[in-house]
Formats: sequence, structure tokens, C-alpha cells
Amino acid sequence: MKYWRDPLDLGAIQVSKGRVIIIEGRCKGCEFCVTYCPRNVIQMSKAFNIKGYHFPEVVDESMCVNCHFCESLCPEFAIFSVAIPEKN
Amino acid sequence: MSAQRRKKKTSQPHPQDELLRTDRLPHIWCPGCGIGTAFSCVITAIKKSEIPLDDIAMVSGIGCTGRMAGYIKLDSFHTTHGRAIPFATGLKLAHPEGSVIVTSGDGDLLAIGGNHFIHAARRNIDLTVICVNNFNYGMTGGQQAPSTPFGAKTTTSPIGSPEQPFNFCALAAACGAVYVARWTALHIRRLTVSITEAMKKPGFSFVEILSPCPTSFGRRNRIRNPLELVQFYHERSVIRNNIDPQEAALDFNNNLVVGKFVDTERPTFLDSYRLINRRELGDWPALEPKVPIPDKQVSG
Repeated sequence: MKYWRDPLDLGAIQVSKGRVIIIEGRCKGCEFCVTYCPRNVIQMSKAFNIKGYHFPEVVDESMCVNCHFCESLCPEFAIFSVAIPEKN
Repeated sequence: MSAQRRKKKTSQPHPQDELLRTDRLPHIWCPGCGIGTAFSCVITAIKKSEIPLDDIAMVSGIGCTGRMAGYIKLDSFHTTHGRAIPFATGLKLAHPEGSVIVTSGDGDLLAIGGNHFIHAARRNIDLTVICVNNFNYGMTGGQQAPSTPFGAKTTTSPIGSPEQPFNFCALAAACGAVYVARWTALHIRRLTVSITEAMKKPGFSFVEILSPCPTSFGRRNRIRNPLELVQFYHERSVIRNNIDPQEAALDFNNNLVVGKFVDTERPTFLDSYRLINRRELGDWPALEPKVPIPDKQVSG
């Protein structure tokens, strides 16, 4: 993320990390999650699921901040994110 | 490769699976339909409200949105067309501690069920009514509904709808609803907050969700792609909280006014009913409270 200037407490802030889990069989390929993911963690894959739809796949898991937006937006209950515990 | 993927698939259940009848999934809603998102918001709101799950019931009418009651793992009932509110009224009066959610589409709730809606709002029965407005009768093939915008094409208005649509929020507020809000299907955070507030609000609360229907409404109005349709609603939406819902008309050329319009207090039907039944009020029209009958011990 680009900042206009570096926040003074940038080093002290812990950004939460998440892991995206996709239930491929439920996806109907509406692309809501891919379009509205604020960190562009996911993209549409070229593979098909059992119903014949393209489903999303994770591009860069390190970008996920566990905001649960995809989880709430998905009309098919096919994607969710879980927090990765911080190492401290 | 595929074996690895399959292994990942079954590792963890979806967090909302605990409130879903997963054996009935995948649901019948089309790809890109906003009802799924609205349903997801309802489930999140139910969890956030922290009301015991045994005390929540969901009632729905006929239509695409009516299917919600079939997919939720709570006490639920799928009523006849337009009769979700009468059933919910009975449920609420029989079990006043419970919280009753009515989920219905625009055609079910405000066309065939219009009178029930008006009178439930007038009596201020403690219900949470969630109306998913997709601007047509989606399930039966995209016929014209009371919400279809002027000039929009549907199956039964192939050259454009010649009628002016309802403004549901203004109708609900005019009939006496105590909580009125409208959001699009993409305002998921605000929508979830609104549904939680509506559930906690004693009285008739109404939340309208502008939802894309790419299969019926979008296809006949040249916005076939669900993403384009949801963006069409979201880009034109303007948030204006606490304005008069009469001013919050849906103008698809300029802006679709969304927000929380009404949040007031009014005695609910059960409050008023108990008050009358205790016979503590004087005669109409003064209705002055009578002097309470003193207890036997005090009087001597």
C-alpha cells in the first residue's frame, strides 16, 4: 500500500494476516469476490468445477488482510478467510 | 494437482454453514443474483445480534427471495404467496419473546401482500421485514412488478413499463414503520448493521435491498452481466441518512438514494394491546388513566 507519507507508528502497527479458503464446488463464477477484493488476492482460474463454472483461485496469499469482505459478499457461501495467528 | 485441490476443499467448513441447511446447497439463485449476498448479510446480522437462536424464526413468501427460509437452519416457514406477514404476525403474538424475520421479494411483499404490509406497519407489530427488491417477478419469468421503474422492459411490458413504481421506503414510513432503511446489495457492511439494528428495534422495521437480477431484469434491459448490474446500482447510489423517505425516490438516471431514513419510537401492537386489556385507561377520547384500585391490605 502506498502512503502519502509514512505514518509515524508504521513499525508498531500489526497488520492482520489471513488465508483465503475457496469451496470450489459451490462457486457459480459470478466474479464478485475477484472484482471487489480490496487487495487483489484472488483471480479467476481457467479450470472448471463440477458444475462447469470457473472458480476463483488465490494469487498472492500474503496480500490477504483477513477483512472477510469476500466471505460476506459471496452469494454462494463458497469463499471465506481465516486469520493466521501472529508470530510474537 | 486436482487431488491436492480436493484435499483443500474439505478441510474447513464455511463459517456460515452453522446456520445453513448445507444439504440443500447449492441454492437455486442464478449466478450473480443479489439474494445470496443479502442472505449472507442476514445470517451475519443474526449472529451479531446475539439473540438466542431458538428465539429467532424466519418467515418468507413465494418467490426467489422466499427460498431463504428453506436454506436457513432455524425455525422457518415458507408461506403462501403474499401471506408472510400475516403468518409472522401470528407467530409473534403467540410467542412475544421471539424475534421474527420476514424475508420477501418486492412482488410478494408489496404486490399481493401489499395490504398485509400496510396494516402490519400501521399496527406496529414487532417484525423485521427484509425486502429484496429486484424490480421484477424473477421466479415466474420476469413480469412487471410494482417496483419496475417507469420505462423499463419486462416480459409483460416489452416496450417499457407504463406505470410509476412504488417508493417502498416512503410507503413503509407513511404507514408507521419505526425503522426504514435502504441499501444496495453491495453495501454489505452497512446493510448488516442495518439488519442488526432492525432486529433489535421493537416495532415494525423495514429494510429494502436493491438487488441485481441479471437473468430477468438485466437481460431485458441490456445489462446482462451481473457485475455490470451490481455496479450500475452501486455507482449511482448516494447515501443520505435521516432524510424524508418521500425525497428518496429511485432515479436511475442520476442517483439512487440509499441510507437509514427513519429510526423512531412508537408503542408496538403488543404494548397497546396489553394496555387496553389491563383496563387502566378511561373512556375514549380522553383515555385518562384511571386511579389504580388500591390493594386490600392498604385500604384496610
